[in-house]
Amino acid sequence: MAATEQTVEQVRAVTEQKYKYGFTTEIESDLAPKGLNEDIVRFISAKKGEPEWLLEWRLQAYRHWLTMEEPTWAMVDFPKIDYQDSHYYAAPKAAKDKPKSLDEVDPELLATYEKLGIPLKEQAILAGVEGAGDMPAVAVDAVFDSVSVATTFKKKLEEKGIIFCSISEAVREHPELVRKYMGSVVPYSDNYYATLNCAVFTDGSFVYIPKGVRCPMELSTYFRINASNTGQFERTLIIADEGSYVSYLEGCTAPMRDENQLHAAVVELVAMDDATIKYSTVQNWYPGDENGKGGIYNFVTKRGACRGKNSKISWTQVETGSAITWKYPSCILQGDNSVGEFYSVAITNNYQQADTGTKMIHIGKNTRSTIVAKGISAGKAQSTYRGLVRILPKAEGARNYTQCDSLLIGDKCGAHTVPYIESRNRTARVEHEATTAKISEDQLFYCRARGLSEEDAVGLIVNGFCREVLKELPMEFAVEAQKLVAISLEGSVG
Amino acid sequence: MAAIATLKDLYETLSPGLPGAGAAGLDRLRADGYARFLADGIPTTKVEGWKYTNLRDLAGVSLAPAQSAANTDFDIPSVAPGKTHRLVFVDGVFNAALSAVGTLPPGVTLDSLRGLIESSPATAAEVLERFPAPKADTGLRVGPNPGRGQSGGLVGLNGAFLAEGAVLTVGEGVTLAQPVEIVFVATAADGAWHPRLLIDVAAGAEVTVAEHHVARGGGATFANIVGGVRVGEGAILRHAKFQEEDDAALHLASVTATVAASATYETFVLTTGGRLARTDVQVRLEGSGASTRVSGAYGVDGSRHADFTSLIDHVAANCTSREVVKGVIDGKGRAVFQGKIIVRPDAQKTDGHQLNRALLLSDTAEIDAKPELEIYADDVKCSHGATAGELDEEALFYLRARGIPADTARALLIAAFLDEVAEEIGDAHLRAYATARIQDRIGRLTGITVDTDVPVLGE
Repeated sequence: MAATEQTVEQVRAVTEQKYKYGFTTEIESDLAPKGLNEDIVRFISAKKGEPEWLLEWRLQAYRHWLTMEEPTWAMVDFPKIDYQDSHYYAAPKAAKDKPKSLDEVDPELLATYEKLGIPLKEQAILAGVEGAGDMPAVAVDAVFDSVSVATTFKKKLEEKGIIFCSISEAVREHPELVRKYMGSVVPYSDNYYATLNCAVFTDGSFVYIPKGVRCPMELSTYFRINASNTGQFERTLIIADEGSYVSYLEGCTAPMRDENQLHAAVVELVAMDDATIKYSTVQNWYPGDENGKGGIYNFVTKRGACRGKNSKISWTQVETGSAITWKYPSCILQGDNSVGEFYSVAITNNYQQADTGTKMIHIGKNTRSTIVAKGISAGKAQSTYRGLVRILPKAEGARNYTQCDSLLIGDKCGAHTVPYIESRNRTARVEHEATTAKISEDQLFYCRARGLSEEDAVGLIVNGFCREVLKELPMEFAVEAQKLVAISLEGSVG
Repeated sequence: MAAIATLKDLYETLSPGLPGAGAAGLDRLRADGYARFLADGIPTTKVEGWKYTNLRDLAGVSLAPAQSAANTDFDIPSVAPGKTHRLVFVDGVFNAALSAVGTLPPGVTLDSLRGLIESSPATAAEVLERFPAPKADTGLRVGPNPGRGQSGGLVGLNGAFLAEGAVLTVGEGVTLAQPVEIVFVATAADGAWHPRLLIDVAAGAEVTVAEHHVARGGGATFANIVGGVRVGEGAILRHAKFQEEDDAALHLASVTATVAASATYETFVLTTGGRLARTDVQVRLEGSGASTRVSGAYGVDGSRHADFTSLIDHVAANCTSREVVKGVIDGKGRAVFQGKIIVRPDAQKTDGHQLNRALLLSDTAEIDAKPELEIYADDVKCSHGATAGELDEEALFYLRARGIPADTARALLIAAFLDEVAEEIGDAHLRAYATARIQDRIGRLTGITVDTDVPVLGE
């Protein structure tokens, strides 16, 4: 191989490693025309064969959205988004008719799964082939652009009475549940991006865990934006009935594209008496290139309601992707003795900007919340923790502990902390701590002296810095997350 | 807002009669202030920096100049009675008879702003312009929302009515042995004043300044104070403010300080008076090795509101800042703490610490805290901590088990809690006075007199 060719090859390998999910899949897709108006909302609703009430709800949201202004309080800067320059519906055509065997599956789709790192056996399952293979431990719902393409292990879950399907399917099969809970945690008028989502959401996952059932496997969704100029607006609704337990994983990837792509999701969680929901996210949307070109705008509203006594909602997130992250997974601690947790690692490199944090609203007695947020900034990135802890007058004996740590790598980046603490109960105890520092020279030297390269050393130290959060992740995700932490910081030292 | 219309009318009527009216420099300063007031208005809770403090009470107060009571036979607070250089203002107006400047060493001047204007409007305008103005934006990345945190309208209002105040200048290398005191006494039932307090400490100089705001018969008065502080290279300024006005008073103050290389600015604020009191401190550490200590203690009860807002801006490298703010809230009282540390890109080796603690004594008390860090340099050590809660049950039990009555035990724990802030004060006079005032406040809050200097076991 000629020297130049070799160099090109090396460069390509390095670039791919930096963002290994940056491929596009040539799949014929069913696109709505660009732009946003009531007709588009009707088009989406009609495409999905939705009942009248849902269309009305969407239109109500759309009309409200027109009266709203884009929020500007977050510490993120980006050019104004032209909401008319995007497709609000893109469905891979291959998903229209469910294949009967792996041979019938669009080979491009399979190739996509392969690149995503999903084993072949699971691929078959994921592509919706009936009766495929042994039982892996994770049930997956894959959302490709805007549409759920496949859900695995439905049979197995149905035996326990668990409903795990796409939200479109839930609208058809379980309208009473969807109607009762959708919008009950994040109302249609909640905020600019959530309201937009209500109007144009296309798909997402729906989970219902019946009373007293412990979900036997992790439930998982893969979100992938594929088509260009497409906004992805998915909705997730998880209901854990009395005494139930579920652990839910969410993974996100997108191809590398020059233009910015919009992602505005809504996630609603409802936990009844004694129920527990554990929600883990590894967000690895395309962050844009080294010069800040392209990347996903990730404007997500995630909120959980601990409605019942002794209920618990735990959010764990590893945010390494997206050009802009605007995301505040929150807990409304309504039931007495309910527990809210937020564990977060946000890594920003190059020109990434992340404004993320949580809200813990203590309403019930003896409610407890824990917040552990780790922000890492490198390159020219800006990372902000923004959080609210609010103790209402009736929250006797409420307890909050918050810890926010920031790590700066390089002198061109920024790390910011903006916590709001509001306590209106004497017996409540609220504690907040925040620190900012850089990687210590001593630690680096120690690792280097033991033969680690500088990048490996930084990866190791940062992983240690994030340990408290990473250990909250389920096994399947923990390994991937650790690798991601190191990959995200590549090129940030030396 | 009705208050804005009233203030516009007042400006039209009063400005021709203000001292130095017609002198170009002063006219311009007042016009600029008025323009800023018109542009920014009175901050509402939609402005980020005023999220927790609502100025709707302004609608109910008299905004006209106060009518002072004739009687001036009241005691004047002092951190070292008879041993200070003192300026006294009654209802915002300089009172020469009550003041006692005494003999100042060469290089030191202490004047009332009105006196300065009357003797030379041009010089007064020059002095006024020398001081830093509070910045409208309180962060680097204000983005498309420039209204964040601004108090511009209030500062503008102060400028529009610029007439009274105090100006202290300390020449290079001078150490002033006695503290300087600036005392504001409220005697009127209502009325407003807009004083300007300016302190200029030249390189290598050292001075202690105590600022008092007290009521002697005063009621629902409104003080809108703007302070400007310059601390020159290697200079030391110890500044303490005791805000102990009537429970009906409205007190809004913003102080902007610039601190040069190797200089130190210490500031302490005690907030125990007023229906609504807010002190907004902005400190800019502009030279390498500059340091600041910002501390605050407050006590609110009834339905009173205390707000302590601070911005510590590390502009230069190798600077340190330390902030401790603590307070107790009883009844339907509400307290606000907003503290921000900015570390600019070149401010490497910054060491910044901030602590905020609130003690809630009743079921209807409220604390809102917002400790912020905005950091653009990597080689820094910055931290903040905030807590809110009630008195420690175990500590109470410990004291009760030793035969101390419950009320006394509570008072003792509150005193110990606030005493930690007084300990932040470097100057002995100021510290002793602060401790005494805190104890006085706790006495009124709990009905128990505590003296933290005397061991309780001897009783």
